[in-house]
Amino acid sequence: MADQRIVDGVLSGDRRMMARAISMIENEDKDKHRILSALFPHTGKAYVIGITGAPGAGKSSLVDRLLSILRSRGLTVGVIAVDPTSPFTGGAILGDRIRMQEHALDKDVFIRSMGTRGSLGGLSRATKDAIQVLDASGKDVVVVETVGVGQSEVDIIKYADTTLVVLTPAGGDSVQTIKAGIMEIADVFVVNKADLPGADRTVAEINIMLDLGGATRPWRPPIVRTVTIDGSGTDEMYAAILRHSEYLKESGNLERLRKERTRRDVVDLIEYRIKSTVWEQVHGSPEFDDVVARIVSRETDPYSAALQILRQVNLDRCKE
Amino acid sequence: MGERKIRVLVAKPGLDGHDRGAKVVARALRDAGMEVVYTGLHQTPEQVVEAAIQEDVDIIGLSILSGAHMTIFPRICELLKENSAGDIMVIGGGIIPEEDIRELISNGNASAIFTPGTATSEIVDWIREAMREKVSHKEGVS
Ligand SMILES: Nc1nc2c(ncn2[C@@H]2O[C@H](COP(=O)(O)OP(=O)(O)O)[C@@H](O)[C@H]2O)c(=O)[nH]1
Ligand SMILES: [Mg+2]
Repeated sequence: MADQRIVDGVLSGDRRMMARAISMIENEDKDKHRILSALFPHTGKAYVIGITGAPGAGKSSLVDRLLSILRSRGLTVGVIAVDPTSPFTGGAILGDRIRMQEHALDKDVFIRSMGTRGSLGGLSRATKDAIQVLDASGKDVVVVETVGVGQSEVDIIKYADTTLVVLTPAGGDSVQTIKAGIMEIADVFVVNKADLPGADRTVAEINIMLDLGGATRPWRPPIVRTVTIDGSGTDEMYAAILRHSEYLKESGNLERLRKERTRRDVVDLIEYRIKSTVWEQVHGSPEFDDVVARIVSRETDPYSAALQILRQVNLDRCKE
Repeated sequence: MGERKIRVLVAKPGLDGHDRGAKVVARALRDAGMEVVYTGLHQTPEQVVEAAIQEDVDIIGLSILSGAHMTIFPRICELLKENSAGDIMVIGGGIIPEEDIRELISNGNASAIFTPGTATSEIVDWIREAMREKVSHKEGVS
């Protein structure tokens, strides 16, 4: 069957089949969960590194440098690079590959660009599932680049073992203006563009933030300065990732993290199935438009309407 | 929900200058709701094909100004076939003489070529139509 061909292809590292599998995930193909189930026994081996930060901070350039370092150590790598989808047109320009051209012909590197696409927290689902494909294909390390705005930066901890938060000197993203959430997800801080003035101040600001909040934290995120133009600091960045991964393993936190993540993942999957089922049956139906109109004109209220609609939704469908 | 998006790789092979034209097309395709993987300047045919495979695009769009079109298009098509990816369509844009266009298309080395001055909407429409045909063809076969 077609499914089996894709599963076998992914497991043998066939790039065309890996790409197909990821497309099926992105397109919400009805066969995707069967493929993912079949791949699952072969996953859990890849180490997942997340990189997040503001647009233009230098994430893709850092991924490029990281790729060189990982490859020089003989590790195979999968990259998932996420760029925002336009909420108005549904289209996207995915340009992260431009910075990774040096690795374009390396058969042990697989790079896939993804748009953030639609609703329902679909991105973190799709990203997570795409990681499974790369993991099952035998990649030692999977690097995920996401834009640090909105939901995606917090979602990154749902799948990354080590999360790098990339900041730049001064600029628009001075540390104080960065949302608290992003500071908390960092396992390593990278102050990129350290060739520009103001890097010392950025480092000092991060340290102050860490001093304020982090006394009880067993892992204090190290801060590394990088310049992707000449690669300086990128070895230190890699060393920091290694230290964090060793810390996770030694402290038993990696196991705890993965168990907690699995727990949440199963709940997410249940929620996701219910949400999709409800969405398919409710959204866009003429009856629904009608109910909305009646709510707007105050003939009914959203609370009763929601209950009323839910009673009519066929939830058996999400159990197939 | 389950929505099939058109994915297009836009590349600028060859050694010559700027990628303004490629960027204009990339933006137009994005505005038409497509996902455009943009790989930038100086791509070799090998890099273009490898990226197209990993990104699982439906179409490769090449911007060519260097005059090397008669070698680049056939090379890319050859590499696609070698990688059993011959179903990925190849289109192009650039200053290409009429007779070369006819030859590239009749030899199956390009599905369409748009000369400078073509409205981006024409490219969008062409891609949509080609994708509709491809999908209905597939359904007819299976
Ligand atoms: N001065 C300087 N510029 C950099 C550095 N790293 C990246 N850039 C530039 O920043 C811009 C955005 O880089 P990119 O990697 O695409 O950022 P991303 O949007 O976070 O993925 C590019 O023009 C890079 O050349 C750096 O270390 N120093
Ligand atoms: Mg980027």
